[in-house]
Amino acid sequence: MHKLLSEKAGEEILLLGNEAIARGAIEAGVAFATTYPGTPSSELSLNLFQVSQETDLYFEYSTNEKVAMEVAAAAANSGLRTMCIMKHVGLNVAADPLMTLAYIGVKAGMVILSADDPYMFSSQNEQDNRYYGKMAGLPVLEPSSVHEAKDMTIAAFELSEKLQEPVILRTTTRINHSSATITTGEIARSKTKGYFEKNPMSYVTVPAVSRTLHVKLLENLKKAANFSESSEYNFINGNDNASYGIICNGVSFLYASDAVKDLGLEENSKILRIGFSNPMPSDLIKSFAKGCQKILIIEEGEPFMEEAVKAFAQEAGITIPIKGKDEGLFSRLYEFDPAMVRRNIAAFFGLPCNSKTPVDTKGLPDIPQRPPNLCSGCSHRATFYEIKKAAEGMDVVYPSDIGCYTLGFLPPLSTGDFVLCMGASVSSACGFSRATDQKVVSFIGDSTFFHSGITGLVNAVFNNHNFTLVILDNGITAMTGHQPNPGVDMTQMNFEGYNRISIEKLVRSLGVEHVTIIKPFKVKKSIAAVKEALAFKGVSVIISQEPCALFAKSIKALKPRPFHVTSKCLDHRDCIDQIACPSFFIDNGRVKIDANTCVGCAVCAQLCPENAIMPLK
Amino acid sequence: MDTKRLIIVAVGGQGNLLASKVLGEAALLSGIPVRMSEIHGMAQRGGVVESSIIFGDAVSTIISDGEADLLVGFEPAETLRAMGRCNADTQVVTSLSPVPPFTAAIGRGIYPEIDEMKRLIEERTSRLIAFDGMTLAKEAGSPMTLNIVMVGALVQSNILDLTRESVEKAIQLKTRPAFVDMNLKAFSLGFDAAKACCSI
Repeated sequence: MHKLLSEKAGEEILLLGNEAIARGAIEAGVAFATTYPGTPSSELSLNLFQVSQETDLYFEYSTNEKVAMEVAAAAANSGLRTMCIMKHVGLNVAADPLMTLAYIGVKAGMVILSADDPYMFSSQNEQDNRYYGKMAGLPVLEPSSVHEAKDMTIAAFELSEKLQEPVILRTTTRINHSSATITTGEIARSKTKGYFEKNPMSYVTVPAVSRTLHVKLLENLKKAANFSESSEYNFINGNDNASYGIICNGVSFLYASDAVKDLGLEENSKILRIGFSNPMPSDLIKSFAKGCQKILIIEEGEPFMEEAVKAFAQEAGITIPIKGKDEGLFSRLYEFDPAMVRRNIAAFFGLPCNSKTPVDTKGLPDIPQRPPNLCSGCSHRATFYEIKKAAEGMDVVYPSDIGCYTLGFLPPLSTGDFVLCMGASVSSACGFSRATDQKVVSFIGDSTFFHSGITGLVNAVFNNHNFTLVILDNGITAMTGHQPNPGVDMTQMNFEGYNRISIEKLVRSLGVEHVTIIKPFKVKKSIAAVKEALAFKGVSVIISQEPCALFAKSIKALKPRPFHVTSKCLDHRDCIDQIACPSFFIDNGRVKIDANTCVGCAVCAQLCPENAIMPLK
Repeated sequence: MDTKRLIIVAVGGQGNLLASKVLGEAALLSGIPVRMSEIHGMAQRGGVVESSIIFGDAVSTIISDGEADLLVGFEPAETLRAMGRCNADTQVVTSLSPVPPFTAAIGRGIYPEIDEMKRLIEERTSRLIAFDGMTLAKEAGSPMTLNIVMVGALVQSNILDLTRESVEKAIQLKTRPAFVDMNLKAFSLGFDAAKACCSI
């Protein structure tokens, strides 16, 4: 049985934040869940996917976040408790349904999980999705700890049902990827079949209907504001009569709590922790601020709370210093840490702060960097090499996309010149090819192509653009940890009941006239085929098919057959200089291959001028 | 309860996350409050993987620069790279088996000498326990057990309030059943190696 399905309540278990949220959803009786995978949310979906194999929970990996949101919206309006899971930038994709779903509302609880990523550990930006709550008029809940994340998930379903609106549960990486002990609760029986009761005047958002729905949304928002005032997630810690006020949310609450203790500030300070952050509790904040001499606001990301607190203070005629984002204090950049929070609390309230001094790192040698790299045996490396070879002498712009293959931007492959967001490799190629005389070759992975590359390709064919799109089809959504996508053969993982969409047929059906399939581990043949595609005037598509080596190894479809460098090697180092596979290393000035990591793709063997790279017998 | 802050640094694929899981489970078994934080996503793509584990009463899940009580490195250059997380009182446990980054192979940077790295760490921190963890992992039965060798060494160092028994129990609970014996051997080899280092 899945570890999150233990029926026993009151057990203490150590869980990852994402697992704790999944357990919370299960305890709340979630019946329906949709997602598009994205770090740092991926393990939450993975756990629900696993749980769905053993229970009545319906779970799907949807084509993209917009689809996930719309599928979920229907389920929630058919009376099923529904969760829709994505990373922060995923909510941009789903923003269109989100804004109007707020007008329509929901019948049963619907929780939208937005996993934000301050510091951009694995994201292209660090946008603050609390603003989506404000923009859509939806409640936002934000946990501070792993344990609270579980409890808040349950509370989010309940709140959603009380308001008949979806609720945004906003986490950050340090919640999703922290582990701590949680106490299990009872698992609620879920209703797994719904019924959609027609009511066009509530569900069909023609202008006349939407005008009334917007009124309803504002009424709901007012109710939400009342809930926020008395929410157990907006609480005050510390001495009620203290003159130093701190307002914080999320993980900053943990850092602030530790700092107050370390600085001996328990008597002189009070902390208002905001866990229900949209709408902000104005009365609570005003009464908290009364009696304070100064207030410090600690929140990662944008000054979301700070702007609200300052406005409330103005209404209440409170003129004390209120600061947060400030040159000498907190930044809108990156994530916070305990020492930074301690230092800024001490500075703002004028207290001494004795932090430990980090050891002197001056005088340490420069240690060679260890950037993430395409894996040994990664088919993308071969494809990139072949495209570069075929395009030698051309002035090429390489728009790329979001996935493992983004790493191809690093030298020596250098096949990423412009990366914007999911799907943009195709559409930006349209722009580059029109706006310049440069050759344009863009890259997109299979999952990303399904997610949002298709519409760009339709645009390219319709408007008769001129570029080559390379679809890197490794048969899985690799970067986020090997999730399914519509092109994946689900039977190889022993899943039944799925169909599979052929990228080739799809591309041809769109009217792309020049379609080439390459097997990237056949180097010479691939280069010749790529040259032809590049010579085509118009939209050409190359589909490079080879399974992700990591995934193939994990399902035992690939048995590594490592190669080695024989004595024929004349030290040209074409292997290292041109494809830079991480299995190569230098030992006593000679190139060697690490047999533990080499999987035997044999790409290096095909480009070695001496044929010196041979299978290890 | 005293707060103890542990940072583990490793190269992706060295089993850092499992080592953290074992230590977290041992803390849970021993009734010691524990919170951990780690960064996923790049782990299998050869980057650096860092975990923070905080034992005791603090509530934060991450550790600021200069605030680690204990730094454990599965790779010597990564241990050295993490020096900024230490202060003069920090104790360091590191494997000395090098995994040179690929950038060194393509001539972007020079991998430092092992003895030099040892000296640099020793000079800056209060105690260094350093040994060739990979040899012990292979002796235990697989290079994959390096993580548990290092867990053994850090438990022996006695900086944390974790008993040998609780960690061995956690290994039995949290590592794959087929590998439990090998992991227990790895644990024991790491434990003894750290003891030998201390008695010098």
